[in-house]
Amino acid sequence: MSEPRDSGAVFARPSWQSRFRMWLLGHREDSKRSLHELLRTPLNTLLTILVIAVAVALPTGLQVLLKNAEQVAGSFQGSSQITLYLKLDLPEAKGYQLTQELMRDNDIASATFQTREESLLEFKTLSGFGDALDYLEDNPLPAVITVQPTQLASTPEAAEKLLKRLRALPEVEEAQLDLAWLRRLYALMSVGERIATALAIGLGLAVILIIGNTIRLAIENRRAEIEVIKLVGATDSFIRRPFMYSGLWFGMLGGLTATILVTATIWWLDDPVRELAGLYQSSYQVKGLGFTDSLRVLLFATLLGLGGSIVSVNRHLKDIEPR
Amino acid sequence: MAFLTGHSGAGKSTVLRLIALMERPTQGQLWIGGQNLTRIHRRGIPYVRRQIGMIFQDHRLLFDRSVFDNVALPLVIAGFPHREIGKRVRAALDMVGLLSKEKNKPIMLSGGEQQRVGIARAVVNRPPILLADEPTGNLDPQLSAEIMGLFAKFNQVGCTVLIASHDLDLIEAMGKRIISLKNGLLQRDGAEVFDV
Repeated sequence: MSEPRDSGAVFARPSWQSRFRMWLLGHREDSKRSLHELLRTPLNTLLTILVIAVAVALPTGLQVLLKNAEQVAGSFQGSSQITLYLKLDLPEAKGYQLTQELMRDNDIASATFQTREESLLEFKTLSGFGDALDYLEDNPLPAVITVQPTQLASTPEAAEKLLKRLRALPEVEEAQLDLAWLRRLYALMSVGERIATALAIGLGLAVILIIGNTIRLAIENRRAEIEVIKLVGATDSFIRRPFMYSGLWFGMLGGLTATILVTATIWWLDDPVRELAGLYQSSYQVKGLGFTDSLRVLLFATLLGLGGSIVSVNRHLKDIEPR
Repeated sequence: MAFLTGHSGAGKSTVLRLIALMERPTQGQLWIGGQNLTRIHRRGIPYVRRQIGMIFQDHRLLFDRSVFDNVALPLVIAGFPHREIGKRVRAALDMVGLLSKEKNKPIMLSGGEQQRVGIARAVVNRPPILLADEPTGNLDPQLSAEIMGLFAKFNQVGCTVLIASHDLDLIEAMGKRIISLKNGLLQRDGAEVFDV
């Protein structure tokens, strides 16, 4: 045996450009490898993806439902009418004059005048009392102006304001706006929105836990490999990478499946809704997810997947040290 | 080049594991190449390990990857360019005489061949320090001598080699420094085996 040299071995160290290029390449390799890994156990992967998809699809579906409800409520707004009951002793000519004035109002689209006689006639035909009303000495019904607010003045707040203004007119005895049902609808919708948000938070947490658990099992399965890689000098981030990609794929595929689920459900609902709308003389069509919303769902699910895997990897990687 | 010897439980493996930072000392200090290893933070451990080639009795190979990929692992982790990885891996495999098996999976190799893959992986990035824990534990005498010869070759090119072994005949034949441990304490440091 010859004597050892004085100088040590020349330790090989790559340049930073090389390290950066290999870092990028490593990301590509790991993303591919983790996808292959998922496809190696297709049934397990499919089940996990489906669970994630259902968890994402539920709040998404509710959101779509709310969006449609808003659309429907909006179309009803145009039909909010204000009915003005004029004072009994007001001369007919004054009523006509007021109607003309109202028609020039900026908030009012149209106004129609109905004399006391016309009111009585209408009541007779609609109420079914018929001739019984002839026994009345006096016509008890007032003249009526039906006011149709403009589109802008049709929101609940604006209509309420207009109502107050009209009620203050000296010729008007009483003004009525049937807003109660619209209010209830809006209140219901804001409750629904809260439920959708709560559901999204809860189920988002569930997705993180599901993916975290899946990743935990994957880490457990590759324990020996992680030990070896740590031994030859891998940093935590190097080891973390393939698992983060697994989480990312799970989230992305789950989100994609969720959009498909929601879109399919809407497509399935389309015919009966159109039939229902037809019964109301409306040509209403169900609004689907749309492109940007689909992307948003996909992004949301992907981020959840990534988050779940990061949480899990950070928690469990420290426990694995080479023995 | 030095050998660590002693009965099982004497602390041979522990010394190697302390150097590779697989275990941290509870007392005292540990200096390697002018660096105080007791002061290395968890985050710094990988970078220390990159300068140490480790060889185990049970090889610790990845069985789902080819021989080439196993040997390339330290280079991939350190971020060497592709071209250079190929060159260095083939050089390392050539050195241990396994160039023809680079595409095989480790499971298809014999015990001695697996051990040599492990050695190729340990030296592929030319670490200044090479640690081996019972590298000939499961091999027949002829193979063991071959592998010891390999270690001597690395030592010649300037690599510090520390081998834990209880194969007294074999290490005595090498004529190198022998460090004997007993119950965790240094028993003797010399050129021949001190039998307790």
